[in-house]
Amino acid sequence: MKPSRTPLFAIVALLLLAGSTLTWYRHQAFDVPWMPGEKRQVWSIEAKLEFIARGEPVKVSFAIPDTQNGFERIVEHTASPGYGLAFIDSPGGRRAEWSIRRATGRQTLYYRVDMEVDPGQEIQQLAPELLENKKLMGSGPMETSALQLLNNALQRSADHYTLARELINEFNSQQQSADFLAQKQNRSRWLVQLLNHADVPAREVLLLNLEDGRRRQPLVTYLQVFDGKDFQLFNPQTAKQGRGKHQLMWEYHSGALLDIIGASQSNVWFSIIDQEVPASQVLELEKQQDASLLDFSIHSLPMEEQAMFKGILLIPVGVLVVVFMRIIVGLRTSGTFMPVLIAMAFIQTSLWTGLIGFVLIVGIGLLIRGYLSYLNLLLVARISAVIMTVIGIIAVFAVLAFQLGLSEALKITFFPMIILSWTIERMSILWEEEGAKEVLIQSGGSLSVALVAYMVMTNELVRHLTFNFIGLQLIFMALAILLGSYTGYRLLELRRFRFFSAGSQ
Amino acid sequence: MIRSPLAAFRNLQRRGILGMNRRNIAYISRYNNRHCFPLVDNKLQTKKLAIEFDVAVPELIAVIDSQHDVLKLQRFLQGRQKFCIKPAKGSGGKGILVITGSEQGQYIKSNGQPVSLTDIQRHVSNILAGLFSLGGAVDVAVIEDLIVVDQCIGRFSHEGVPDIRLIVFRGMPVMAMMRLACSASQGKANLHQGAVGVGIDIANGRAVHAVQNDLPVATHPDTGLELSALAIPSWDTLLELGCACADMTGLGFLGVDLVIDKTIGPALLELNARPGLSIQIANNAGLLPRLRQVEAIRRAEMMAIPQRVAFAEEHFAASSDVI
Repeated sequence: MKPSRTPLFAIVALLLLAGSTLTWYRHQAFDVPWMPGEKRQVWSIEAKLEFIARGEPVKVSFAIPDTQNGFERIVEHTASPGYGLAFIDSPGGRRAEWSIRRATGRQTLYYRVDMEVDPGQEIQQLAPELLENKKLMGSGPMETSALQLLNNALQRSADHYTLARELINEFNSQQQSADFLAQKQNRSRWLVQLLNHADVPAREVLLLNLEDGRRRQPLVTYLQVFDGKDFQLFNPQTAKQGRGKHQLMWEYHSGALLDIIGASQSNVWFSIIDQEVPASQVLELEKQQDASLLDFSIHSLPMEEQAMFKGILLIPVGVLVVVFMRIIVGLRTSGTFMPVLIAMAFIQTSLWTGLIGFVLIVGIGLLIRGYLSYLNLLLVARISAVIMTVIGIIAVFAVLAFQLGLSEALKITFFPMIILSWTIERMSILWEEEGAKEVLIQSGGSLSVALVAYMVMTNELVRHLTFNFIGLQLIFMALAILLGSYTGYRLLELRRFRFFSAGSQ
Repeated sequence: MIRSPLAAFRNLQRRGILGMNRRNIAYISRYNNRHCFPLVDNKLQTKKLAIEFDVAVPELIAVIDSQHDVLKLQRFLQGRQKFCIKPAKGSGGKGILVITGSEQGQYIKSNGQPVSLTDIQRHVSNILAGLFSLGGAVDVAVIEDLIVVDQCIGRFSHEGVPDIRLIVFRGMPVMAMMRLACSASQGKANLHQGAVGVGIDIANGRAVHAVQNDLPVATHPDTGLELSALAIPSWDTLLELGCACADMTGLGFLGVDLVIDKTIGPALLELNARPGLSIQIANNAGLLPRLRQVEAIRRAEMMAIPQRVAFAEEHFAASSDVI
């Protein structure tokens, strides 16, 4: 009568074997260490160029970064089937040039660079020449207004850097003039022109904000102001001086980011991954620059997909936590895998913001849902109303937080809204039927599972292992199957049935 | 009293307590066929099946299956003083509205609170929309006659309907308990809502042990009656009824909820394909030894009902439990 357990154990054994072999192979063949260990931070940045070719010869010239203050370029790759490619190092900056005789339709080119974080790296940059023709010409109303701003700034400044800062402040305080000037060209262009007018070498540079796992990151324009051999960067909007730790200068030679001949509708997207690479491997990378490895793993994918997988590969770990908490511990949660989604939201928002946001949204949602139950609505309509309420709450919080200067709280938008709405609905029904105690038990259960999942998923070692050893996924699967056939008692059942032990003595 | 988890684990194992994981893997998924579940998860189907198999059930007053019919509610309820509205696919006693009387257009709930017809209509709308059903699927509302409990056991209960839960395994009744509502459980007879569970000796229908919120109790918290005095009349009939219910559904591991009505006698209240485990606490005995005895019988399902009852009464008497 009893069905045999053999197939189950066979599958588990097979998965374990395959998983550990793959993992071992990856460790051996690619020299990936088991431990995060001593590591260098390497940012892998991929630029994806898209444009529509018109069937003529196409020539693409794309500005690319070089070793600069704080960053050392280690490797660069391109993917551009059918295109001729050359890297051009000139005083006008490094550029990648692709060319092809004939191309039609949508074209995609990839350029990828690995930049190692190296705080000791210092590269001097030449100041752009002050050209007479860049000076402010003419005497129209705009020029007069701009020169007025410059004069004000000159009076309140002592040197090149303070002049730049005061000039930006001037733009911020004289809102009317700034708006008037913006009609002709954007602010940073005016700033460069005015600084040049005052014989201060300056130019616009394009910066990339490095954030792990980011896709479609845009470039931002900064102002580079020189003082002899030194330079400083300024945010043209806030006048904030200096470069952030995670800001890479992408284009800094007064050139265009992208020049295309023979095509139109061009776009550039940047994807970024933060890789913690062992120090030894950085050297390896530099050596085997061109050796393409036959590497059937996530790591052979384009960066954009890799960035996505970095998060996806953590989900099985979170799911395993839920399985463990439910089958072995016996915690009750509202919604089976809701805790994993909450944990993932916590990863995006950081823990405390996430916790406070979750409690606020669910708490206020429950209050409003409590009122909705008086309106006698049908289920689907009521849940829709709850979803809209949740979105409303999130919007209000985001605006409030922004006004209060709590930019951290803006991340509240990362919460999965539909899931939250269902949570609110279920908890509300639970409240009406079983009372507040059961609501506390279940939401406490969900939150504690989410917290454990969060702690596991943000663990440095876990992140390192899941991303670098795909074979582990098979082992996770084996564990889930094994847990699924566990027939012993749950930990909380030991408590539930505790009076049996009392009675037996 | 403080023991290591491992010792507690061993002790439960020794006492043959069935845990949730083992229940799910070794009993529910092995003995309960998926396609039989709708028969018990849907109270309307259970009722129709019971009528077909001549199993006594409370009278069916009406079935409301569309929002439009909600307006006709008043017509259905005309002249009824006592009735009960249930979602067909509800679980765990959710969404059951018990009306015990009516005065001046107001209905009185079992706990004495008055409700208006509009309130009842809203409740029915909620049922139809699937508020109480598993997974929120659309549902129908079943209105049936209220059970008037036979006084010999009714006196033990504070409010609501005391029912008798049988675990029937492969057609064999293996364990029984009586569930008494009390004020703490707001008239509901579910143990996790705070009702009193009284373990019943399969051999003779007498109380063996009683618990509330998983703790042993000696008297009913509201009525103050000594629970050990509880003895269920026509016990054999009840056991036979339980066996018949298992036969009609084809489920191997089944919870059968029975009541004793003043007029129709023992009747089926509802069936449960995932019966809870608190019955073991109420009986102060584990299910596993009994289940294993039944598993050892080669064709338990094929035995005649009286034979099965006799087997159960002989082997599963409370005195035979290993303590």
